[in-house]
Amino acid sequence: MSSTTNPSTQHTSTIGAIGAPSRRNTELALLVFAVVIPVFAYANVGLALNDEMPTGLLSYGLGLGLMAGVGHLAVRKFAPYADPLMLPLATLLNGIGLVAIWRLDQSKRLQASSTFVEAAPRQLMYSALGVALFMAVLFFLKDHRVLQRYTYISMAGALILLLLPLVPGLGHNVYGAKIWIKIPGLGTLQPGEFAKIVLAVFFAGYLMVKRDALALASRRFMGLYLPRGRDLGPIIVVWIISILILVFETDLGTSLLFFGMFVIMLYVATERTSWIVFGLLMSAVGAVGVASFEPHIQTRVQAWLDPMHEFELSRAGVVDGIVHSEQAMQALWAFGSGGTLGTGWGQGHSDLIGFAANSDFILATFGEELGLAGVMALLLLYALIVERGVRTSLAARDPFGKLLAIGLSGAFALQVFVVAGGVMGLIPLTGMTMPFLAYGGSSVIANWALIGILLRISDTARRPAPAPATNPDVEMTQVVRP
Amino acid sequence: MNKPLRRVAIFCGLLILALLIRDNWLQYVQADGLRTDEHNRRVAIERYASPRGDIIVGGEPITGHTTTKGDFQYKRTYKDGAMWAPVTGFVSQAFGANQLESIEDGILTGNDDRLFFRNTLDMLTGKNKEGGNVVTTLNAAAQRAAYEGLKKQGGKGSVVALEPSTGKILALASFPSYDPSTIAGNGASDAEAWNKLQKKDNPNDPMLNRALREVYPPGSTFKVLTAAAALENGLYEDADQNTETPLPWTMPGTTTELKNEGDLPCEDATLREALRVSCNTVFGKVGSDLGNDKMLEMAKKFGFTEEQFVPVRSSASVFSEDMAPSEVALSSIGQFNTAATPLQMAMVSAAVANNGTLMKPYMVDELQAPSLDTIEKTDPEEMSKPMSAKNAQILQSMMETVVEKGTGTNARIPGVTVGGKTGTAQHGVDNSENPYAWFISYAKNSDGSSPVAVAVVIEDENAVRDDISGGGLAAPIAKSVMEAVVKGKQ
Repeated sequence: MSSTTNPSTQHTSTIGAIGAPSRRNTELALLVFAVVIPVFAYANVGLALNDEMPTGLLSYGLGLGLMAGVGHLAVRKFAPYADPLMLPLATLLNGIGLVAIWRLDQSKRLQASSTFVEAAPRQLMYSALGVALFMAVLFFLKDHRVLQRYTYISMAGALILLLLPLVPGLGHNVYGAKIWIKIPGLGTLQPGEFAKIVLAVFFAGYLMVKRDALALASRRFMGLYLPRGRDLGPIIVVWIISILILVFETDLGTSLLFFGMFVIMLYVATERTSWIVFGLLMSAVGAVGVASFEPHIQTRVQAWLDPMHEFELSRAGVVDGIVHSEQAMQALWAFGSGGTLGTGWGQGHSDLIGFAANSDFILATFGEELGLAGVMALLLLYALIVERGVRTSLAARDPFGKLLAIGLSGAFALQVFVVAGGVMGLIPLTGMTMPFLAYGGSSVIANWALIGILLRISDTARRPAPAPATNPDVEMTQVVRP
Repeated sequence: MNKPLRRVAIFCGLLILALLIRDNWLQYVQADGLRTDEHNRRVAIERYASPRGDIIVGGEPITGHTTTKGDFQYKRTYKDGAMWAPVTGFVSQAFGANQLESIEDGILTGNDDRLFFRNTLDMLTGKNKEGGNVVTTLNAAAQRAAYEGLKKQGGKGSVVALEPSTGKILALASFPSYDPSTIAGNGASDAEAWNKLQKKDNPNDPMLNRALREVYPPGSTFKVLTAAAALENGLYEDADQNTETPLPWTMPGTTTELKNEGDLPCEDATLREALRVSCNTVFGKVGSDLGNDKMLEMAKKFGFTEEQFVPVRSSASVFSEDMAPSEVALSSIGQFNTAATPLQMAMVSAAVANNGTLMKPYMVDELQAPSLDTIEKTDPEEMSKPMSAKNAQILQSMMETVVEKGTGTNARIPGVTVGGKTGTAQHGVDNSENPYAWFISYAKNSDGSSPVAVAVVIEDENAVRDDISGGGLAAPIAKSVMEAVVKGKQ
C-alpha cells in the first residue's frame, strides 16, 4: 500500500481499531490557500486593468470561500477519511479559472462580439451547482459499491446522453462539433461530460464481473494473449460507439476520451497488455478511417500540421464548405508571447483568439499572462489530482472501486492531455474543455461530481476497519504469526 | 490489480510530461519567434502602445501623434505631410512603415537596444515608454522652396539639395506627393486613401520617392562629369583650350553624325564654350576619346553604379560597361543607358562645388533619447575624391559661365556666385516621349566655399526638346532653393 494510507489500513485485526489520521485539518489549511490565491489573482487583474481593486472582490472571495467551506464541512461530515488533497486542488483550479474568465469578460475586444455575455457570474453559479452536486454525491452515495447495482442502467443512460446531441431540435452545432444540446430557457448542455462518469460506472461494473473470463480465456500468440472472439464483443461495441461519436458528432476528443478510458479499465481489470495493443490499433484504425472522409476532422488535422496556413486561409476568407479558424495560430502566439514568466494578469492579448477564448482555449490565457511557469504549475495541479485518483484506486479494497477510481482518473488525465495538447499544438484541436478551469456549466458540474465520487471511494479506502470481532480463530492466527 | 494500476499511473505521468515538454518548447524555445512573428497582432499593438518619437527639422518636429480607438492607441500625424513625405516616409497602423520611419523605427518606438537601460528604469519607476527623436539635416526653408516650386510647376519632378562641404541633405522633395497622415490609421478611410495612392490606381505614383528611387537619363547635366573626366585624365589642360572637335562629328565605328540641339558654335569649341552652349559633339568626342573604362571610373568616383544609403536607400545610378565607342559617346552626353537619380546629380554638383571632394550624403544628423540626450551623431564622411581641387575650380569657372551667359541664366542670384548646368534628356523609343528637364547647380560664398548644391528634374508634358527647357523649367526652382539656403545663412 502507499505511504499516505496509514499502514494500519492493511488491517490486521489487532491494530485495526486505531484510526488513520483523517487529515481533515490539513485539507482545511490547504483550502485556505486555495481560496486566498484566486482572491489575490482577482485583485491583481483589477489593479492591472483599471488601477483599482475590483468591486466584485468581496463577493467573489466570499462566494469561493463559502463554496470551499461548505464543501469541506460536507467532507468532514460524510467522508471524514477522504483524500485531503482533491478538494483543495479542485477549488484552486475552479477559483483561478473564474479569475481568468472574469479577466476575459473585461476584454473590449471580446465585448465587441455579438455573442458576448458576461461569463464569470454564470460560471460562479455553475461552480456553486457543482459543489452542491459534489455534496449531494457525498450525502446520498454512502457507499460507492451501490453504483454496481446500476451497471446496465448506466450503460443505457450513457448511450442516451451520448445520443442526445443528435436528436433533431435538441442538438446544437457549434463550429462543426455537435456535442451540445440546447434546453430552451436554460441554455446549452454538454452531455458528454456527464456520460464520462456514467460510462465509467458501467465499465467498472461490467469489467468487474467479466474480468476473469476476459483475462483467462485466451490463447497465446507471439507473446500476446489473444482474447476469444466472443470476449472481443464489448471492446468492439465500445469502439463502434466511439467511431459513431466521431462520425456524427465530429468530436475527436470525446471519442478518444471514451475509448481510452475503456482500454485503461480493461487493462487494469484483466492485467493483459494485449488489450492495450488492441486498443491502440483500433483507435488508430478508427481515427484514420474517419479522418479520410470527414472534412471537419481533416481541417483540424491540417490546422494542427500547419496552423499558419490555416490562419492565412481564415484571414483570406477562403470558403470551401468548412469554417477555417485562426484560433490555433492565435493560441500559439499567445503562448509564445507569454514567454517564461508571462505578461502578468490582465496584460496579455489572448482575447485575440476570439470565440471560445474562455472555454476551450482558456489555457492560452494562462500561457500568455502567467507564462511557462504558470502553465507548468497548472499542469502539475492536474497531475496531482490524477495522482490522488490513482492512489485512491490503489488503496481501494474492492475491485469495483479500484476500476471506477482508475477509470475516472484516467479519463481526467486523458481529457487534460487532449485539451492542453490541442491548445498547445501537440495534437489536433478537439472541442473539449479544461476541467474546472474553463467556462462551461456541464464541465464544471460534472467534474465536481467526479471529485465527489473519487472522495467517496477514497473515504471507503482509508476508513479504518471496524473494531475486530472477538473471534478466537483470529486470535489464534495472530499467535501463530511471528 | 495493482501492477497494471501502477503502469497506468506511469502512463498518466507520461501524458503530463509530454504536455510539460511541449509547453517548454512553445514558451521557451519557440517563444521569441512566436512573439515577434509579423502576423502576431501583439507586435503591432505594442508598436502603437506608446507615442512615437518625432522626426525633427531645424529644431521643430515635423511629426506628431494622436490617440485612436481600438487596438492601437497612438497614431502618427504629419505636419506638411506631402512636403516632407520623401524625407519621413510613412508609418501606418495598417500598412507598416517605410523609409526613415522604418529605418529608425527602433529609436522612434523606443525599442532600440541603446534605450534598453532607460526603458528598464522607466518600467521600474512606472513611467510609460517613450520613443526617441530623429534629428534630420534638412533645411525647412529650402525644402519648402523646392516643394512649392515643383507644385507650381505642376508636372512630376524632384529636387535634391546638399551641403557640399558635409554631404548633409538640405532638401529632398518629390512631386506629386502624398500626405502620410491620411494612411496612418487602420480605418476604412485609411484603406481607401492607401488604395488611391497605389500605382495601379494612380498613374502619377505619388508614393514614389523620385529624389532617391527614380533614375532618369541625366542628359546634358552629365557633361559636367564628362568635363571632369577630360580634365582629370589630362585630355585637356584647362577650360579655354581648343578641343579640336569637327562639326559635324561622326561617331566612331558608325556613319551617324552626332547632332547638336540647333545651330551651335561647337566647331573647335573650348570646353567652357561647349558647356555654355551644351555641345553634344564636343562631349561626345571627349567620351569616346577617353573610352568606356575611364568614363566609367569617373562615374563610379561620383557614386554611379552603387546604391546610396542616406540612410534611406537610393537606387543605383547607371553607367554601362562594355559599350561600343559610339555608345560611350552617347552615354557621355547623358543618353543611351546612362541614368541617374536626382540625388546622384546633386552629388556631382556638390563634388565640383566642394573643390573635388565628394562627401557622403546623409539626412540623419542625430538620434536622440526621449530625454533629448544624443545617442548617435553622424559625422560628415568623405566618400571619394573624383578630381583635384585645381580641376574642380576649372570646372566651377565653366559652370559659372553657363549661369552668367549660357543656358542657365535663369538661376542667377544677385550678389551670389552660381554655377550650373542645364539638361534635357530624351527618352522613350526613338525619343518619342516627353523629355526630362534638368538643372544642377551650386551657390558659392565670397570665400569660395559652397553652402548648397542642387539638382532639379522635371518630367514635363510641355517641355520642348532643347536646352532652354532645363534652364526654363528647372533652373528657377534651383534658384529659389539656393536662395533659401543662402538667405538662411546670412
